[in-house]
Amino acid sequence: MSLSSVSVTAGGRPTSSPRKRAPGEPRSIGYLYILPAALIYAAFVFAPFLHSIYLSFFDGNGITRMEFVGLANYVDIATNPTLRSAFFHAFELIVFYSLIPIAIGLLLATALHRSRIRGVAFYRTALFLPYVIAPTAIAVIWRWILAPRGPLNSFLEAVGLGFLARPWLGDFTWALPSVGMVGTWIMFGLVLALLLAGVQKIPNDLYEAARLDGAGPWMEFRAVTLPGLRYELVVALVLTMTAALRNFDIIYVMTSGGPGNATVVPSYLVYQQAFKVAQIGAAAAMGTVLVLVIIAVNLLVARAGRGER
Amino acid sequence: MISRRDTIAGYLLLTLAALISLGPLIGVVVLALGEPGRVGIKLDITQATNFGNFADVWEKGDFGPAILTSFIITTTVVVVSVILSVPAGYAFALMDFPGRTAIFALLVLGILMPLEAMIVPLFLDMRRFNLDNNYWSVILPQIGFSVAFGAFWMRAFFVQSARSLMEAAWIDGANSWRTLTRVLMPLARPQMLTLAVLFFVWNWNDFLLPLVMLSGSDLQTAPMALVTFEGARRTDFAYVGAASLITIAPVVIVFILLQRSFTRGILAGSVKE
Repeated sequence: MSLSSVSVTAGGRPTSSPRKRAPGEPRSIGYLYILPAALIYAAFVFAPFLHSIYLSFFDGNGITRMEFVGLANYVDIATNPTLRSAFFHAFELIVFYSLIPIAIGLLLATALHRSRIRGVAFYRTALFLPYVIAPTAIAVIWRWILAPRGPLNSFLEAVGLGFLARPWLGDFTWALPSVGMVGTWIMFGLVLALLLAGVQKIPNDLYEAARLDGAGPWMEFRAVTLPGLRYELVVALVLTMTAALRNFDIIYVMTSGGPGNATVVPSYLVYQQAFKVAQIGAAAAMGTVLVLVIIAVNLLVARAGRGER
Repeated sequence: MISRRDTIAGYLLLTLAALISLGPLIGVVVLALGEPGRVGIKLDITQATNFGNFADVWEKGDFGPAILTSFIITTTVVVVSVILSVPAGYAFALMDFPGRTAIFALLVLGILMPLEAMIVPLFLDMRRFNLDNNYWSVILPQIGFSVAFGAFWMRAFFVQSARSLMEAAWIDGANSWRTLTRVLMPLARPQMLTLAVLFFVWNWNDFLLPLVMLSGSDLQTAPMALVTFEGARRTDFAYVGAASLITIAPVVIVFILLQRSFTRGILAGSVKE
Protein backbone atom coordinates (compact mmCIF):
# COMPACT_ATOMS: atom_id res chain seq x y z
CA MET A 1 0.00 0.00 0.00
CA SER A 2 1.83 3.07 -1.10
CA LEU A 3 0.81 5.48 -3.73
CA SER A 4 3.10 8.19 -4.18
CA SER A 5 1.47 10.40 -6.74
CA VAL A 6 1.61 12.69 -3.86
CA SER A 7 5.26 13.21 -3.33
CA VAL A 8 5.35 14.90 -6.66
CA THR A 9 2.91 17.62 -5.90
CA ALA A 10 4.42 17.93 -2.46
CA GLY A 11 7.70 18.78 -4.06
CA GLY A 12 6.23 21.31 -6.40
CA ARG A 13 4.43 23.45 -3.91
CA PRO A 14 6.07 24.87 -0.83
CA THR A 15 3.99 23.79 2.09
CA SER A 16 4.73 26.20 4.89
CA SER A 17 4.91 29.97 4.63
CA PRO A 18 2.40 31.13 7.20
CA ARG A 19 0.56 33.51 4.97
CA LYS A 20 -1.99 34.80 7.37
CA ARG A 21 -2.68 34.27 10.95
CA ALA A 22 -4.89 31.23 11.14
CA PRO A 23 -8.41 32.12 12.05
CA GLY A 24 -10.82 30.78 14.57
CA GLU A 25 -9.11 29.81 17.73
CA PRO A 26 -5.73 29.79 19.38
CA ARG A 27 -3.50 28.25 16.77
CA SER A 28 -2.24 25.51 19.00
CA ILE A 29 -5.65 23.90 18.64
CA GLY A 30 -4.12 22.54 15.42
CA TYR A 31 -2.31 19.96 17.52
CA LEU A 32 -5.63 18.56 18.63
CA TYR A 33 -6.78 18.09 15.05
CA ILE A 34 -3.69 16.19 13.99
CA LEU A 35 -3.21 14.30 17.24
CA PRO A 36 -5.18 11.09 16.55
CA ALA A 37 -3.73 10.58 13.07
CA ALA A 38 -0.22 11.50 14.18
CA LEU A 39 -0.34 9.17 17.20
CA ILE A 40 -1.40 6.10 15.23
CA TYR A 41 1.11 6.90 12.51
CA ALA A 42 3.89 7.39 15.04
CA ALA A 43 3.08 4.23 16.96
CA PHE A 44 2.50 1.83 14.07
CA VAL A 45 4.58 3.22 11.22
CA PHE A 46 7.27 5.60 12.30
CA ALA A 47 8.41 4.11 15.61
CA PRO A 48 8.68 0.60 14.12
CA PHE A 49 10.64 2.10 11.24
CA LEU A 50 13.20 3.60 13.65
CA HIS A 51 13.17 0.39 15.68
CA SER A 52 13.90 -1.54 12.50
CA ILE A 53 16.94 0.62 11.77
CA TYR A 54 18.12 -0.05 15.31
CA LEU A 55 17.63 -3.82 14.93
CA SER A 56 19.61 -3.80 11.71
CA PHE A 57 22.81 -3.40 13.73
CA PHE A 58 22.19 -6.63 15.64
CA ASP A 59 22.28 -10.32 15.03
CA GLY A 60 19.81 -12.76 16.54
CA ASN A 61 16.41 -14.35 16.29
CA GLY A 62 14.44 -11.72 18.17
CA ILE A 63 13.63 -13.94 21.12
CA THR A 64 16.93 -14.52 22.86
CA ARG A 65 19.45 -11.76 23.40
CA MET A 66 20.49 -9.89 20.29
CA GLU A 67 24.18 -9.38 19.67
CA PHE A 68 25.48 -6.05 18.41
CA VAL A 69 27.33 -6.53 15.13
CA GLY A 70 27.73 -2.98 13.84
CA LEU A 71 27.45 -2.72 10.09
CA ALA A 72 27.94 -6.43 9.45
CA ASN A 73 24.44 -6.92 8.07
CA TYR A 74 24.95 -4.10 5.59
CA VAL A 75 28.35 -5.44 4.57
CA ASP A 76 26.60 -8.75 3.93
CA ILE A 77 24.11 -7.11 1.58
CA ALA A 78 26.95 -5.53 -0.35
CA THR A 79 29.06 -8.69 -0.57
CA ASN A 80 26.79 -11.73 -0.44
CA PRO A 81 25.91 -12.59 -4.05
CA THR A 82 22.36 -13.74 -3.28
CA LEU A 83 21.51 -10.66 -1.25
CA ARG A 84 23.11 -8.38 -3.77
CA SER A 85 21.38 -10.07 -6.68
CA ALA A 86 18.01 -9.25 -5.09
CA PHE A 87 18.64 -5.59 -5.82
CA PHE A 88 19.80 -6.31 -9.36
CA HIS A 89 16.58 -8.24 -9.89
CA ALA A 90 14.58 -5.33 -8.54
CA PHE A 91 16.30 -2.98 -10.97
CA GLU A 92 15.67 -5.38 -13.82
CA LEU A 93 12.00 -5.38 -12.85
CA ILE A 94 11.98 -1.58 -13.17
CA VAL A 95 12.55 -2.09 -16.89
CA PHE A 96 9.37 -4.15 -17.06
CA TYR A 97 7.25 -2.21 -14.57
CA SER A 98 8.30 1.30 -15.60
CA LEU A 99 10.24 1.68 -18.78
CA ILE A 100 8.31 -0.63 -21.10
CA PRO A 101 4.87 0.64 -19.97
CA ILE A 102 6.04 4.24 -20.31
CA ALA A 103 7.45 3.57 -23.77
CA ILE A 104 4.18 1.96 -24.85
CA GLY A 105 2.19 4.74 -23.22
CA LEU A 106 4.19 7.50 -24.90
CA LEU A 107 3.88 5.82 -28.27
CA LEU A 108 0.12 5.39 -28.02
CA ALA A 109 -0.51 8.77 -26.42
CA THR A 110 1.41 10.42 -29.25
CA ALA A 111 -0.50 8.47 -31.83
CA LEU A 112 -3.80 9.31 -30.18
CA HIS A 113 -3.33 12.95 -29.32
CA ARG A 114 -5.32 14.12 -32.31
CA SER A 115 -8.26 11.77 -32.05
CA ARG A 116 -11.37 12.59 -30.10
CA ILE A 117 -12.30 9.52 -28.17
CA ARG A 118 -15.73 9.03 -26.75
CA GLY A 119 -16.44 6.54 -24.00
CA VAL A 120 -13.25 7.42 -22.16
CA ALA A 121 -14.80 6.11 -18.94
CA PHE A 122 -15.10 2.62 -20.37
CA TYR A 123 -11.53 2.54 -21.62
CA ARG A 124 -10.25 3.95 -18.38
CA THR A 125 -12.06 1.32 -16.35
CA ALA A 126 -10.59 -1.44 -18.50
CA LEU A 127 -7.10 0.01 -18.44
CA PHE A 128 -7.10 0.58 -14.69
CA LEU A 129 -8.50 -2.80 -13.75
CA PRO A 130 -5.20 -4.73 -13.57
CA TYR A 131 -3.85 -2.08 -11.22
CA VAL A 132 -6.85 -2.33 -8.91
CA ILE A 133 -7.01 -6.11 -8.53
CA ALA A 134 -5.21 -7.79 -5.65
CA PRO A 135 -1.64 -8.67 -6.70
CA THR A 136 -2.10 -12.06 -5.09
CA ALA A 137 -4.98 -12.80 -7.47
CA ILE A 138 -2.99 -11.50 -10.43
CA ALA A 139 -0.15 -13.79 -9.47
CA VAL A 140 -2.49 -16.77 -9.22
CA ILE A 141 -4.04 -15.95 -12.60
CA TRP A 142 -0.66 -15.61 -14.31
CA ARG A 143 0.63 -18.82 -12.74
CA TRP A 144 -2.15 -20.47 -14.70
CA ILE A 145 -1.39 -18.58 -17.92
CA LEU A 146 2.31 -19.40 -17.68
CA ALA A 147 1.86 -23.00 -16.50
CA PRO A 148 3.68 -25.68 -18.54
CA ARG A 149 0.36 -26.71 -20.08
CA GLY A 150 -1.20 -23.31 -19.71
CA PRO A 151 -2.79 -21.02 -22.29
CA LEU A 152 0.43 -19.25 -23.29
CA ASN A 153 2.20 -22.46 -24.27
CA SER A 154 -0.89 -23.87 -26.01
CA PHE A 155 -1.18 -20.64 -27.93
CA LEU A 156 2.46 -20.83 -29.02
CA GLU A 157 1.97 -24.41 -30.16
CA ALA A 158 -1.22 -23.52 -32.00
CA VAL A 159 0.50 -20.84 -34.07
CA GLY A 160 3.48 -23.03 -34.87
CA LEU A 161 5.86 -21.50 -32.35
CA GLY A 162 5.87 -24.59 -30.16
CA PHE A 163 9.66 -24.49 -29.88
CA LEU A 164 9.25 -21.35 -27.79
CA ALA A 165 7.01 -23.06 -25.26
CA ARG A 166 8.65 -23.72 -21.94
CA PRO A 167 7.88 -23.91 -18.21
CA TRP A 168 8.22 -20.16 -17.91
CA LEU A 169 8.39 -19.85 -14.15
CA GLY A 170 10.66 -22.87 -13.73
CA ASP A 171 13.23 -21.63 -16.21
CA PHE A 172 16.32 -19.94 -14.77
CA THR A 173 16.60 -17.50 -17.65
CA TRP A 174 12.93 -16.80 -18.20
CA ALA A 175 11.46 -16.73 -14.69
CA LEU A 176 12.41 -13.13 -13.93
CA PRO A 177 11.34 -11.71 -17.32
CA SER A 178 8.08 -13.65 -16.97
CA VAL A 179 7.39 -12.02 -13.63
CA GLY A 180 8.41 -8.74 -15.23
CA MET A 181 5.91 -9.24 -18.03
CA VAL A 182 3.17 -9.53 -15.44
CA GLY A 183 4.35 -6.18 -14.11
CA THR A 184 4.14 -4.73 -17.60
CA TRP A 185 0.58 -5.99 -17.88
CA ILE A 186 -0.36 -4.45 -14.52
CA MET A 187 1.18 -1.08 -15.25
CA PHE A 188 0.77 -0.32 -18.93
CA GLY A 189 -2.94 0.52 -18.74
CA LEU A 190 -2.45 2.83 -15.79
CA VAL A 191 0.43 4.60 -17.48
CA LEU A 192 -1.46 4.86 -20.76
CA ALA A 193 -4.53 6.35 -19.07
CA LEU A 194 -2.31 8.85 -17.25
CA LEU A 195 -0.46 9.93 -20.37
CA LEU A 196 -3.64 10.12 -22.45
CA ALA A 197 -5.21 12.40 -19.89
CA GLY A 198 -2.08 14.51 -20.04
CA VAL A 199 -1.69 14.67 -23.79
CA GLN A 200 -5.26 15.86 -24.18
CA LYS A 201 -4.45 18.89 -22.04
CA ILE A 202 -1.63 20.05 -24.29
CA PRO A 203 -2.98 23.04 -26.22
CA ASN A 204 -3.36 22.32 -29.92
CA ASP A 205 -1.74 25.64 -30.76
CA LEU A 206 1.58 24.26 -29.63
CA TYR A 207 1.37 21.51 -32.22
CA GLU A 208 0.28 23.99 -34.87
CA ALA A 209 3.19 26.25 -34.02
CA ALA A 210 5.63 23.37 -34.16
CA ARG A 211 4.31 22.37 -37.55
CA LEU A 212 4.57 25.93 -38.86
CA ASP A 213 8.18 25.90 -37.73
CA GLY A 214 8.66 22.87 -39.92
CA ALA A 215 9.04 20.34 -37.12
CA GLY A 216 8.80 16.69 -38.11
CA PRO A 217 7.04 14.11 -35.94
CA TRP A 218 10.17 13.46 -33.90
CA MET A 219 10.84 17.14 -33.20
CA GLU A 220 7.18 17.62 -32.42
CA PHE A 221 7.40 14.79 -29.89
CA ARG A 222 10.58 16.14 -28.32
CA ALA A 223 9.55 19.79 -28.26
CA VAL A 224 5.84 19.60 -27.49
CA THR A 225 4.61 16.21 -26.30
CA LEU A 226 7.42 15.28 -23.94
CA PRO A 227 7.60 18.62 -22.07
CA GLY A 228 3.82 18.74 -21.96
CA LEU A 229 3.69 15.38 -20.22
CA ARG A 230 6.29 16.21 -17.62
CA TYR A 231 4.03 15.85 -14.57
CA GLU A 232 2.28 12.77 -15.87
CA LEU A 233 5.65 11.15 -16.51
CA VAL A 234 6.82 11.94 -13.01
CA VAL A 235 3.68 10.41 -11.52
CA ALA A 236 3.96 7.35 -13.76
CA LEU A 237 7.61 6.85 -12.87
CA VAL A 238 7.01 7.22 -9.16
CA LEU A 239 4.08 4.81 -9.13
CA THR A 240 5.65 2.15 -11.31
CA MET A 241 9.17 2.24 -9.89
CA THR A 242 7.92 2.01 -6.34
CA ALA A 243 5.79 -0.98 -7.32
CA ALA A 244 8.74 -2.62 -9.07
CA LEU A 245 10.96 -2.18 -6.03
CA ARG A 246 8.43 -3.70 -3.64
CA ASN A 247 6.63 -6.49 -5.38
CA PHE A 248 6.38 -8.93 -2.48
CA ASP A 249 3.01 -10.48 -3.30
CA ILE A 250 3.74 -11.40 -6.90
CA ILE A 251 7.08 -13.03 -6.10
CA TYR A 252 5.74 -14.83 -3.04
CA VAL A 253 2.89 -16.42 -4.98
CA MET A 254 4.47 -16.92 -8.39
CA THR A 255 7.99 -18.13 -7.71
CA SER A 256 8.96 -17.84 -4.02
CA GLY A 257 12.20 -16.43 -5.33
CA GLY A 258 12.93 -19.51 -7.43
CA PRO A 259 14.02 -21.37 -9.39
CA GLY A 260 17.14 -21.28 -7.22
CA ASN A 261 17.50 -17.61 -6.40
CA ALA A 262 16.59 -16.45 -9.89
CA THR A 263 13.72 -14.21 -8.78
CA VAL A 264 14.56 -13.18 -5.22
CA VAL A 265 13.85 -9.51 -4.57
CA PRO A 266 14.56 -7.41 -1.47
CA SER A 267 11.05 -7.45 -0.06
CA TYR A 268 10.85 -11.22 -0.39
CA LEU A 269 14.19 -11.57 1.41
CA VAL A 270 12.96 -9.38 4.26
CA TYR A 271 10.09 -11.78 4.79
CA GLN A 272 12.16 -14.90 4.34
CA GLN A 273 14.96 -13.83 6.64
CA ALA A 274 12.67 -12.57 9.37
CA PHE A 275 9.96 -15.21 9.37
CA LYS A 276 11.52 -18.32 7.84
CA VAL A 277 15.09 -18.38 9.10
CA ALA A 278 14.71 -15.92 12.01
CA GLN A 279 17.58 -13.62 11.14
CA ILE A 280 15.98 -10.50 12.50
CA GLY A 281 18.92 -8.14 12.06
CA ALA A 282 19.62 -9.18 8.49
CA ALA A 283 15.96 -8.74 7.57
CA ALA A 284 15.85 -5.30 9.18
CA ALA A 285 18.97 -4.22 7.31
CA MET A 286 17.49 -5.39 4.02
CA GLY A 287 14.31 -3.44 4.76
CA THR A 288 16.31 -0.33 5.59
CA VAL A 289 18.32 -0.48 2.38
CA LEU A 290 15.09 -0.97 0.45
CA VAL A 291 13.61 2.21 1.95
CA LEU A 292 16.73 4.15 1.14
CA VAL A 293 16.63 2.96 -2.46
CA ILE A 294 12.95 3.83 -2.80
CA ILE A 295 13.43 7.30 -1.33
CA ALA A 296 16.50 7.91 -3.49
CA VAL A 297 14.69 6.85 -6.65
CA ASN A 298 11.70 9.06 -5.84
CA LEU A 299 13.89 12.08 -5.12
CA LEU A 300 15.75 11.55 -8.37
CA VAL A 301 12.54 11.36 -10.36
CA ALA A 302 11.04 14.40 -8.64
CA ARG A 303 14.22 16.37 -9.30
CA ALA A 304 14.40 15.35 -12.92
CA GLY A 305 10.76 16.38 -13.31
CA ARG A 306 11.41 19.80 -11.86
CA GLY A 307 14.75 20.31 -13.56
CA GLU A 308 13.49 19.86 -17.07
CA ARG A 309 12.53 22.96 -18.96
CA MET B 1 -8.07 19.36 -37.40
CA ILE B 2 -9.27 15.95 -36.50
CA SER B 3 -9.44 13.55 -39.34
CA ARG B 4 -11.75 10.58 -39.35
CA ARG B 5 -8.86 8.27 -40.00
CA ASP B 6 -7.09 9.41 -36.85
CA THR B 7 -10.19 8.85 -34.84
CA ILE B 8 -10.78 5.36 -36.16
CA ALA B 9 -7.15 4.45 -35.61
CA GLY B 10 -7.49 5.85 -32.11
CA TYR B 11 -10.45 3.65 -31.32
CA LEU B 12 -8.67 0.61 -32.71
CA LEU B 13 -5.54 1.20 -30.65
CA LEU B 14 -7.45 1.89 -27.47
CA THR B 15 -9.67 -1.13 -27.98
CA LEU B 16 -6.62 -3.29 -28.48
CA ALA B 17 -5.08 -1.92 -25.28
CA ALA B 18 -8.32 -2.51 -23.37
CA LEU B 19 -8.47 -6.06 -24.70
CA ILE B 20 -4.95 -6.76 -23.49
CA SER B 21 -5.94 -5.47 -20.07
CA LEU B 22 -9.15 -7.44 -19.92
CA GLY B 23 -8.06 -10.58 -21.78
CA PRO B 24 -6.56 -12.52 -18.89
CA LEU B 25 -9.52 -11.60 -16.71
CA ILE B 26 -12.05 -12.76 -19.28
CA GLY B 27 -10.00 -15.93 -19.62
CA VAL B 28 -10.28 -16.52 -15.89
CA VAL B 29 -14.05 -16.13 -15.99
CA VAL B 30 -14.26 -18.84 -18.67
CA LEU B 31 -11.77 -20.94 -16.72
CA ALA B 32 -13.69 -20.58 -13.47
CA LEU B 33 -16.88 -21.83 -15.11
CA GLY B 34 -15.16 -24.84 -16.67
CA GLU B 35 -15.33 -28.41 -15.53
CA PRO B 36 -13.54 -28.79 -12.19
CA GLY B 37 -10.86 -31.35 -11.57
CA ARG B 38 -9.50 -31.43 -15.09
CA VAL B 39 -5.80 -30.88 -15.36
CA GLY B 40 -5.79 -30.34 -19.08
CA ILE B 41 -6.60 -26.71 -19.56
CA LYS B 42 -8.48 -26.11 -22.73
CA LEU B 43 -10.61 -23.04 -22.44
CA ASP B 44 -13.99 -23.90 -23.87
CA ILE B 45 -16.64 -21.26 -23.68
CA THR B 46 -19.42 -23.71 -24.51
CA GLN B 47 -18.52 -25.73 -21.41
CA ALA B 48 -18.37 -22.66 -19.19
CA THR B 49 -21.54 -23.46 -17.33
CA ASN B 50 -20.38 -24.79 -13.98
CA PHE B 51 -21.69 -22.04 -11.77
CA GLY B 52 -21.54 -24.49 -8.89
CA ASN B 53 -17.77 -24.03 -8.83
CA PHE B 54 -18.20 -20.84 -6.88
CA ALA B 55 -20.26 -22.54 -4.19
CA ASP B 56 -17.76 -25.42 -4.01
CA VAL B 57 -14.81 -23.08 -3.68
CA TRP B 58 -16.64 -20.90 -1.15
CA GLU B 59 -17.07 -24.02 0.97
CA LYS B 60 -13.75 -25.76 0.42
CA GLY B 61 -11.56 -22.68 0.63
CA ASP B 62 -13.24 -21.23 3.75
CA PHE B 63 -13.96 -18.10 1.78
CA GLY B 64 -17.01 -17.18 3.85
CA PRO B 65 -15.05 -16.42 7.01
CA ALA B 66 -12.15 -14.98 5.01
CA ILE B 67 -14.33 -12.48 3.15
CA LEU B 68 -15.97 -11.54 6.45
CA THR B 69 -12.58 -10.98 8.08
CA SER B 70 -11.48 -8.85 5.15
CA PHE B 71 -14.67 -6.81 5.38
CA ILE B 72 -14.32 -6.24 9.11
CA ILE B 73 -10.70 -5.17 8.79
CA THR B 74 -11.10 -3.08 5.64
CA THR B 75 -14.26 -1.19 6.60
CA THR B 76 -12.81 -0.36 10.01
CA VAL B 77 -9.65 0.93 8.40
CA VAL B 78 -11.53 2.93 5.78
CA VAL B 79 -13.93 4.59 8.21
CA VAL B 80 -11.38 5.40 10.89
CA SER B 81 -8.76 6.58 8.41
CA VAL B 82 -11.10 8.95 6.61
CA ILE B 83 -12.36 10.34 9.93
CA LEU B 84 -8.80 10.97 11.13
CA SER B 85 -7.45 12.27 7.82
CA VAL B 86 -9.96 15.10 7.42
CA PRO B 87 -9.16 17.07 10.59
CA ALA B 88 -5.43 16.39 10.16
CA GLY B 89 -5.45 17.74 6.61
CA TYR B 90 -7.53 20.69 7.77
CA ALA B 91 -5.06 21.66 10.47
CA PHE B 92 -2.03 21.20 8.21
CA ALA B 93 -3.65 23.34 5.53
CA LEU B 94 -5.19 26.17 7.47
CA MET B 95 -3.66 26.47 10.90
CA ASP B 96 -0.37 27.63 12.12
CA PHE B 97 1.43 25.96 14.93
CA PRO B 98 5.07 25.36 15.77
CA GLY B 99 6.47 22.23 14.13
CA ARG B 100 3.72 22.01 11.55
CA THR B 101 6.05 21.66 8.58
CA ALA B 102 8.29 19.14 10.29
CA ILE B 103 5.40 16.96 11.46
CA PHE B 104 3.83 17.08 8.04
CA ALA B 105 7.10 16.07 6.37
CA LEU B 106 7.46 13.07 8.70
CA LEU B 107 3.90 12.03 7.98
CA VAL B 108 4.29 12.30 4.22
CA LEU B 109 7.39 10.13 4.43
CA GLY B 110 5.00 7.34 5.38
CA ILE B 111 3.52 7.42 1.90
CA LEU B 112 6.82 6.31 0.45
CA MET B 113 7.82 3.87 3.15
CA PRO B 114 7.17 0.25 2.31
CA LEU B 115 5.82 -2.03 5.00
CA GLU B 116 8.96 -4.13 4.58
CA ALA B 117 10.90 -1.44 6.42
CA MET B 118 9.03 -1.93 9.67
CA ILE B 119 7.41 -5.33 9.48
CA VAL B 120 10.00 -6.99 11.72
CA PRO B 121 9.67 -4.81 14.83
CA LEU B 122 5.96 -4.45 14.17
CA PHE B 123 5.55 -8.18 14.48
CA LEU B 124 7.83 -8.48 17.50
CA ASP B 125 5.96 -5.70 19.31
CA MET B 126 2.53 -7.05 18.46
CA ARG B 127 3.58 -10.41 19.79
CA ARG B 128 4.98 -8.86 22.95
CA PHE B 129 1.65 -7.18 23.66
CA ASN B 130 -0.29 -10.28 22.60
CA LEU B 131 -1.93 -8.39 19.77
CA ASP B 132 -0.76 -10.70 17.02
CA ASN B 133 -3.35 -13.06 15.55
CA ASN B 134 -5.93 -10.41 16.24
CA TYR B 135 -7.81 -7.99 13.96
CA TRP B 136 -6.07 -5.04 15.57
CA SER B 137 -2.62 -6.21 14.55
CA VAL B 138 -3.67 -5.60 10.94
CA ILE B 139 -6.06 -2.70 11.44
CA LEU B 140 -3.79 -0.37 13.41
CA PRO B 141 -0.78 -0.40 11.04
CA GLN B 142 -3.10 -0.11 8.05
CA ILE B 143 -4.66 2.99 9.60
CA GLY B 144 -1.18 4.36 10.24
CA PHE B 145 -0.23 4.04 6.57
CA SER B 146 -3.61 5.26 5.36
CA VAL B 147 -3.67 8.49 7.37
CA ALA B 148 -0.23 9.39 6.01
CA PHE B 149 -1.71 9.57 2.56
CA GLY B 150 -5.07 10.82 3.79
CA ALA B 151 -3.70 13.84 5.64
CA PHE B 152 -1.70 14.73 2.56
CA TRP B 153 -4.68 14.37 0.27
CA MET B 154 -7.09 16.37 2.42
CA ARG B 155 -4.53 19.07 3.03
CA ALA B 156 -4.11 19.53 -0.72
CA PHE B 157 -7.86 20.04 -1.03
CA PHE B 158 -8.18 22.45 1.88
CA VAL B 159 -5.20 24.51 0.74
CA GLN B 160 -6.71 24.96 -2.69
CA SER B 161 -10.28 25.65 -1.97
CA ALA B 162 -10.95 26.52 1.59
CA ARG B 163 -9.10 29.61 2.69
CA SER B 164 -11.52 32.29 1.60
CA LEU B 165 -14.54 30.25 2.63
CA MET B 166 -13.04 29.68 5.99
CA GLU B 167 -12.34 33.35 6.44
CA ALA B 168 -15.96 34.08 5.67
CA ALA B 169 -17.04 31.56 8.27
CA TRP B 170 -14.63 33.10 10.73
CA ILE B 171 -16.11 36.55 10.16
CA ASP B 172 -19.47 35.02 10.88
CA GLY B 173 -18.06 33.96 14.21
CA ALA B 174 -17.90 30.21 13.69
CA ASN B 175 -15.14 28.44 15.58
CA SER B 176 -12.69 26.11 13.85
CA TRP B 177 -14.65 22.93 14.56
CA ARG B 178 -17.92 24.34 13.29
CA THR B 179 -16.16 25.74 10.25
CA LEU B 180 -14.84 22.30 9.47
CA THR B 181 -17.99 20.30 10.07
CA ARG B 182 -20.61 22.76 8.79
CA VAL B 183 -18.85 24.62 6.01
CA LEU B 184 -15.92 22.65 4.70
CA MET B 185 -16.84 19.00 5.05
CA PRO B 186 -19.94 19.18 2.87
CA LEU B 187 -17.68 20.62 0.16
CA ALA B 188 -15.02 18.00 0.69
CA ARG B 189 -17.35 15.06 0.13
CA PRO B 190 -15.93 14.07 -3.28
CA GLN B 191 -12.41 14.14 -1.89
CA MET B 192 -13.47 12.05 1.07
CA LEU B 193 -15.13 9.54 -1.22
CA THR B 194 -11.96 9.26 -3.30
CA LEU B 195 -10.00 8.61 -0.12
CA ALA B 196 -12.46 5.94 0.95
CA VAL B 197 -12.22 4.15 -2.40
CA LEU B 198 -8.42 4.24 -2.43
CA PHE B 199 -8.25 3.03 1.17
CA PHE B 200 -10.68 0.23 0.41
CA VAL B 201 -8.72 -1.02 -2.60
CA TRP B 202 -5.29 -0.81 -0.97
CA ASN B 203 -6.23 -2.41 2.29
CA TRP B 204 -8.41 -5.13 0.83
CA ASN B 205 -5.52 -6.16 -1.44
CA ASP B 206 -2.86 -5.93 1.26
CA PHE B 207 -1.14 -9.26 1.76
CA LEU B 208 2.17 -9.06 3.59
CA LEU B 209 0.82 -7.52 6.79
CA PRO B 210 -2.04 -10.00 7.40
CA LEU B 211 0.24 -12.84 6.29
CA VAL B 212 2.73 -11.98 9.01
CA MET B 213 0.29 -10.97 11.72
CA LEU B 214 -2.40 -13.62 11.36
CA SER B 215 -0.42 -16.67 10.33
CA GLY B 216 -0.52 -18.17 13.81
CA SER B 217 -4.30 -18.15 13.97
CA ASP B 218 -7.41 -19.34 12.17
CA LEU B 219 -8.04 -15.81 10.95
CA GLN B 220 -7.28 -15.16 7.33
CA THR B 221 -8.14 -12.42 4.88
CA ALA B 222 -9.50 -13.10 1.40
CA PRO B 223 -6.09 -12.82 -0.35
CA MET B 224 -4.61 -15.17 2.26
CA ALA B 225 -7.43 -17.67 1.67
CA LEU B 226 -6.78 -17.48 -2.06
CA VAL B 227 -3.06 -18.15 -1.69
CA THR B 228 -3.69 -21.03 0.72
CA PHE B 229 -6.30 -22.51 -1.60
CA GLU B 230 -4.08 -22.19 -4.63
CA GLY B 231 -1.20 -23.81 -2.78
CA ALA B 232 -3.37 -26.81 -1.91
CA ARG B 233 -4.98 -27.27 -5.33
CA ARG B 234 -2.41 -26.05 -7.78
CA THR B 235 -3.64 -28.05 -10.73
CA ASP B 236 -7.37 -27.75 -10.27
CA PHE B 237 -7.45 -24.65 -12.39
CA ALA B 238 -11.20 -24.20 -12.60
CA TYR B 239 -11.41 -23.98 -8.83
CA VAL B 240 -8.38 -21.74 -8.57
CA GLY B 241 -9.92 -19.43 -11.15
CA ALA B 242 -13.18 -19.29 -9.22
CA ALA B 243 -11.28 -18.55 -6.02
CA SER B 244 -9.45 -15.65 -7.70
CA LEU B 245 -12.73 -14.15 -8.83
CA ILE B 246 -14.26 -14.45 -5.36
CA THR B 247 -11.24 -12.65 -3.91
CA ILE B 248 -11.26 -9.76 -6.33
CA ALA B 249 -15.05 -9.36 -6.67
CA PRO B 250 -15.58 -6.79 -3.88
CA VAL B 251 -12.81 -4.53 -5.14
CA VAL B 252 -13.91 -4.83 -8.76
CA ILE B 253 -17.49 -3.94 -7.81
CA VAL B 254 -16.44 -0.95 -5.74
CA PHE B 255 -14.06 0.15 -8.48
CA ILE B 256 -16.62 -0.05 -11.26
CA LEU B 257 -19.28 1.73 -9.22
CA LEU B 258 -16.92 4.47 -8.10
CA GLN B 259 -14.56 4.53 -11.05
CA ARG B 260 -14.55 8.32 -11.24
CA SER B 261 -13.49 8.72 -7.65
CA PHE B 262 -10.68 6.26 -8.06
CA THR B 263 -9.25 7.67 -11.26
CA ARG B 264 -9.47 11.15 -9.83
CA GLY B 265 -7.26 9.96 -7.00
CA ILE B 266 -4.68 8.41 -9.28
CA LEU B 267 -4.71 11.17 -11.87
CA ALA B 268 -4.71 13.91 -9.28
CA GLY B 269 -0.96 14.05 -8.97
CA SER B 270 -0.79 15.17 -12.55
CA VAL B 271 -3.81 17.42 -12.56
CA LYS B 272 -2.38 19.68 -9.92
CA GLU B 273 -0.32 22.63 -10.95
